[in-house]
Amino acid sequence: MKKNKRLEMKGISKSFHGIPANRDISFSIESGEILGLLGENGAGKTTLMNILYGLYQPDSGEIRINETQVRINNPVESIANGIGMVHQHFMLIQNHSVLENIALSHKDTPFFFPNLRIREKIEEFSKSFDFNIDPAKKIWQLSAGEQQRVEIIKALLNGADLLILDEPTSVLTPQEIKELITILKKMKTKGHMIIFISHKLDEIMDICDRVLVLQKGKIAGRALTGDTDKKSLARMMVGREVVFNIKKEKLERGRQILSVEHLTVIGDKGFPALKDISFDVFENEIFGVAGVSGNGQRELAEAVTGIRTVRSGSIRINDEDITNTSPRHIYDQGVSHVPEERIRFGIAPGLFLYDNAILKQHHLKKFSRRYFLKYEEVKKHAKKILNDFNVSAHSINSRIGNLSGGNIQKLILGREISEKPQLLVASHPTYGLDVGATEFMRNHLLELRKTGSAVLLFSEDLEEIFELCDRIAVIFDGEFMAILDSGDNRLDDIGLMMAGSKKI
Amino acid sequence: MEDMIIATLERAMVAGTPLLLATTGEIICERSGILNLGVEGVMAMGAVVAFIVTMTTGEPWLGVFCAVGVGMAISILHAFTSVSLQANQVVSGLALTMLGLGISGMMGKPYVGKPLLIKMDDLAIPFLSEIPYLGKILFSQSPFFYLAVFLAVAAWFFLEKTRLGIQIRSTGENPKATETQGINIFRIKYLSVMIGGGFSALAGAHLSISYSKSWIEGMTAGRGWIAIALTIFALWNPGRAIWAAFLFGFIFVVQYLLQPLGISPNFLSMLPYIATLIILLLISFKDPRRLNAPAMLGEPYKRGER
Repeated sequence: MKKNKRLEMKGISKSFHGIPANRDISFSIESGEILGLLGENGAGKTTLMNILYGLYQPDSGEIRINETQVRINNPVESIANGIGMVHQHFMLIQNHSVLENIALSHKDTPFFFPNLRIREKIEEFSKSFDFNIDPAKKIWQLSAGEQQRVEIIKALLNGADLLILDEPTSVLTPQEIKELITILKKMKTKGHMIIFISHKLDEIMDICDRVLVLQKGKIAGRALTGDTDKKSLARMMVGREVVFNIKKEKLERGRQILSVEHLTVIGDKGFPALKDISFDVFENEIFGVAGVSGNGQRELAEAVTGIRTVRSGSIRINDEDITNTSPRHIYDQGVSHVPEERIRFGIAPGLFLYDNAILKQHHLKKFSRRYFLKYEEVKKHAKKILNDFNVSAHSINSRIGNLSGGNIQKLILGREISEKPQLLVASHPTYGLDVGATEFMRNHLLELRKTGSAVLLFSEDLEEIFELCDRIAVIFDGEFMAILDSGDNRLDDIGLMMAGSKKI
Repeated sequence: MEDMIIATLERAMVAGTPLLLATTGEIICERSGILNLGVEGVMAMGAVVAFIVTMTTGEPWLGVFCAVGVGMAISILHAFTSVSLQANQVVSGLALTMLGLGISGMMGKPYVGKPLLIKMDDLAIPFLSEIPYLGKILFSQSPFFYLAVFLAVAAWFFLEKTRLGIQIRSTGENPKATETQGINIFRIKYLSVMIGGGFSALAGAHLSISYSKSWIEGMTAGRGWIAIALTIFALWNPGRAIWAAFLFGFIFVVQYLLQPLGISPNFLSMLPYIATLIILLLISFKDPRRLNAPAMLGEPYKRGER
């Protein structure tokens, strides 16, 4: 029996420090329905859902459940109203077991020996939804897809009739996405309501019954997925036509820049993360590494940029051996790096924009004299990056942590390619960015390729790999399953290669 | 020789008791993510309060009770600055230590050097205390000894096997995630800091009314700091704290025994800290995850920050 059969949000507005995040938003959802919430980053999707989940209070507007108005002051009340949320960044305690995580959130957890009761419940539950999770495992031992399932179990065990999923597929492999969709459809037939937040059109079209499109905090349109197509949804989302096909001209491959031979690297868990990998990257080339995250991509990027020790094998730039030399030395040889997890590894969030604009270049003659920085030059340089790369910020004197993800990424890219690198190592450069920023990043990578640099691109987004790369390597469990030219029709089996079941 | 070994081990148990009590409390506190460097000060407060109350009323257990109350109360200061004001926990904890040492010195002035006539008798457990060797070492001790071991086991059970324990540990690991499960982490942190303070004061009470049966200023003599080192040495596990505390207690006692043999007592009093460093080094080299340190230990939590 569902206690929450119909939910309506009416005229919701919310602003932060005078900047409106949601303006007069109304929608409703009923039992057995999947509603897509589509919009670019910063369109207000997450704010709207956080209001529904009780994390924020709306400035005006009301929430109605089964036609009665309710006030949701905090997540506890939201859970009591049958609402569950799976956040984009999982709210799980990494060092605790699945059991402990679920016991933490479950409202009927007994005081003594909570794990025993919860274990029974999980097992019973896993059966009905085909979840396959060992409840004794620690969260950090699970893949992203499994962690997400833990989050879903958490919500459903608390009696969620409405499940909010915030960008649920951004961390999943294609296989895991399929499994998620099966689970969601099963939930739908059992009468659950699902709100599916995404900026990926394909998924929205595939999963949802109806779509609500947000743009700059307002409703830009609504549609039944049956009556609409990707193009018109995309137009509603960004308010203009999107060019989905980036033009890539044919370029002659130049001389060899990066040469990796028999590279073996040990990962964080003490096992080899890369096993005897060899490849070359040339001028005027984007070399893509496709694969499910956690198969050695991060270790490869770190080895090439000098952050991680190489166990055996060699890495050469322009025929100079840089194996196990310092990151600064490697940078000075012309290797730049756009790291994954940009906030953790790409910037110093508490410092000003202009400091962040020279994080790696502060030792160059033009920015420093002996022990002192030439702030005038530094600020000039920062302003130039802001202008050239369309970074929207109040001023270069603001803290970089206040910028949105897209603007941070633009600044990082600007910093990394301002010295005309020979090789750019780019790890998931468009991860989590909106359509506009993604297009911007991709065009810049192509521009770099045109001006004679080599690019080593790591991405989980196959569309991106196919659009940008001249050659594509598929990595699985620390090995390349294949290195193919982008036109090669054997790439049709890329899914199998990523899953490790085919090697060319 | 045999008698000397037994006597040494017996003294080691006594010396380890306050260390175990304070360590157990600090473990609970740190598991919630709050580093409390005020142990030494709270311990001193516990010692002086227990002494004064016992001296004036003649009721040692009332003294213990008051000491624990005062310890919990004064710890609220640390909880307030570090949880509510999100101040630097190191600074706040050090301030608490200085405050506790200062106030206890002042309160205790009239009592310095006065012996405590009311005794808290050792409790020989029937039958068990008859066991050769072990009986003398483990089963004819002061009530504080049994209490310390019992509380350490109870704390382990509490942290690992109860719902509130999971909530405390989760708060120390990931306060944001814990809060989104609808748990009031501010309450959890206050509670943990206060429990920690109560334990520290209990350790102090043991010092003044059972261990030395007198009061002098600064009688805690760095035991609070050893407890903080022990917390790390025991890898935040109250079960492990039991043998670790008595090991440190043993080192404490041995200082006096080895002095005639020409080994400097300063060297020996250094040992607990060196042992902690070595343990940290060994485990960090092998596998940092096994360190088990609460992930957000010492990090102020601000609501609504991304």
